[in-house]
Amino acid sequence: MAANISLENAPPLLDVQAVRRDFPILATTVHGRPLTYLDSAASSQRALPVLRAVEHYERHAHANVHRGVHALSQAATAAFEGARERVRRFINAATVKEIIFVRGTTEGINLVAQSYARPRLRPGDEILITGLEHHANIVPWQMVCEQTGASLRVAAINRRGEVPFEEFQRQLSPRTRLAAFAHVSNALGTVLPVKRMIEAAHAHGAVVLIDGAQAVPHSRVDVRALGADFYTFSGHKMYAPTGIGVLYGREELLAAMPPWQGGGDMILTVSFEKTTYNELPAKFEAGTPNISGAVGLAAAMDYLEGLGIEAVAAHEQRLLELATGELARMPQIELVGTAAHKAAVLSFTMKGVHAHDLGTILDADGVAVRTGHHCAMPVMTFFGLPATARASFACYNTEEDVERLVRALARAREVFG
Amino acid sequence: MDLKELYRDVILDHNRRPRNFGALEGASHHAEGNNPLCGDHLSLALRLDGDRIADIRFEGSGCAISTASASLMTEAVKGKDRAAVRQLFEEVHALLTKPDAPAAVALGKLAALSGVREFPVRVKCASLCWHTLNAALAANAAPVSTE
Repeated sequence: MAANISLENAPPLLDVQAVRRDFPILATTVHGRPLTYLDSAASSQRALPVLRAVEHYERHAHANVHRGVHALSQAATAAFEGARERVRRFINAATVKEIIFVRGTTEGINLVAQSYARPRLRPGDEILITGLEHHANIVPWQMVCEQTGASLRVAAINRRGEVPFEEFQRQLSPRTRLAAFAHVSNALGTVLPVKRMIEAAHAHGAVVLIDGAQAVPHSRVDVRALGADFYTFSGHKMYAPTGIGVLYGREELLAAMPPWQGGGDMILTVSFEKTTYNELPAKFEAGTPNISGAVGLAAAMDYLEGLGIEAVAAHEQRLLELATGELARMPQIELVGTAAHKAAVLSFTMKGVHAHDLGTILDADGVAVRTGHHCAMPVMTFFGLPATARASFACYNTEEDVERLVRALARAREVFG
Repeated sequence: MDLKELYRDVILDHNRRPRNFGALEGASHHAEGNNPLCGDHLSLALRLDGDRIADIRFEGSGCAISTASASLMTEAVKGKDRAAVRQLFEEVHALLTKPDAPAAVALGKLAALSGVREFPVRVKCASLCWHTLNAALAANAAPVSTE
């Protein structure tokens, strides 16, 4: 009897050639070779529907938001606030009051550091981060520690590039006022068990911020299911423009926080004696915002959900498996970061060839990878490396891209003899 | 794009076997250089005899271009006085940045770096050691950064 295989639970397949047609830049040639773009963890490319939405807004609906009674101002406000509602649904926040538009993840973290942490922390208090954080999730906390006398603790990583849960738990104490960590490591691709870590931090009374820059483009994120207090991410890593990002914060926390920047839009009334602040979310959005960026971000979310985030995730995991297998077969390549649970990011070194040289040689073959410390110098220090090369995959990458990477690596070996 | 123009045999050789590499006993001048973009780190020590570089050595880690450039530089400047080093610096600078600048005869093996100018993001790799040398000669204690 033939086996009855159910496909009901199998992730839907992605028509990657159709996806590629949505990204015009992928048809570019680099040094006369077809572009193999493996640097989406630094910044992804823009989807056509995103470009069209931004252009449509700029051509037909632009004026300043929340200010005028004229038709275009109302159209712009509708587009901007419509984008906020789109974001709310995408991450399943309870209300649009919890969606603050920011420039990107870095600004989201700085906002929480300065507006939530700085007024509350005292000497003796602790902020807990992990050993694999991006500089954007280290430096703002160091600044707050300098300003308040609080101290920074770091949950160490292991040789696979994981944060062992027991280590994280060991670093928690009643002194921990805030824990901040990545959902997915940008340098190594490690996926952290954030739900469990959030629960553990909450058990000690700490508030939790998640740096979701590398997670939101590649997996379904539900901020309420996770229990995150703050969750922040960037548009440009998820097929949207640069200069737009999101800070999600639980309403109760945001409501109790002072504004971060002062200016227009964040006030109700201003006199020289006293100013009253606007309601959420406007309280945290001083000045004219990046309206077209928000429109582009909403379009990117439509696009991602149209493809199916699960289908994208499954596609990227297949590429990760393929590339990991291929690179593991090359004796001169050493993979850095071999966590059991990874996003489609491969960090590696080649024996006898510095990562920077590797980047130049791969580029000559049209293969774009990131080389350097990936804004995570403590991770490099942990592994005793000055730099690694990093290939990262997105919805538009193919098996052929993996083959091109492997061929270009072989060529690098030849150049260096 | 011709990688062989960048990674010439002289460059690969000096990367594999850097000359004047290691600590220098009795150094009179010293400077550190960093290239934050790629994490290159260079530590340069020299012993001046009057106005002349009597000895020079370097340590650190970096890409092939930065390692080879430092190695070639130490060979080229050893025995030269400040004025001659300044002259050589100008010539190397022109070689790395000016399109189609003919390599000055005085450059000797340093002319192997001419391929770097076709790769603008790599120019800093090749020039880091020279800026560090300038800092050492100026007895500038602050670390040099290419950023």
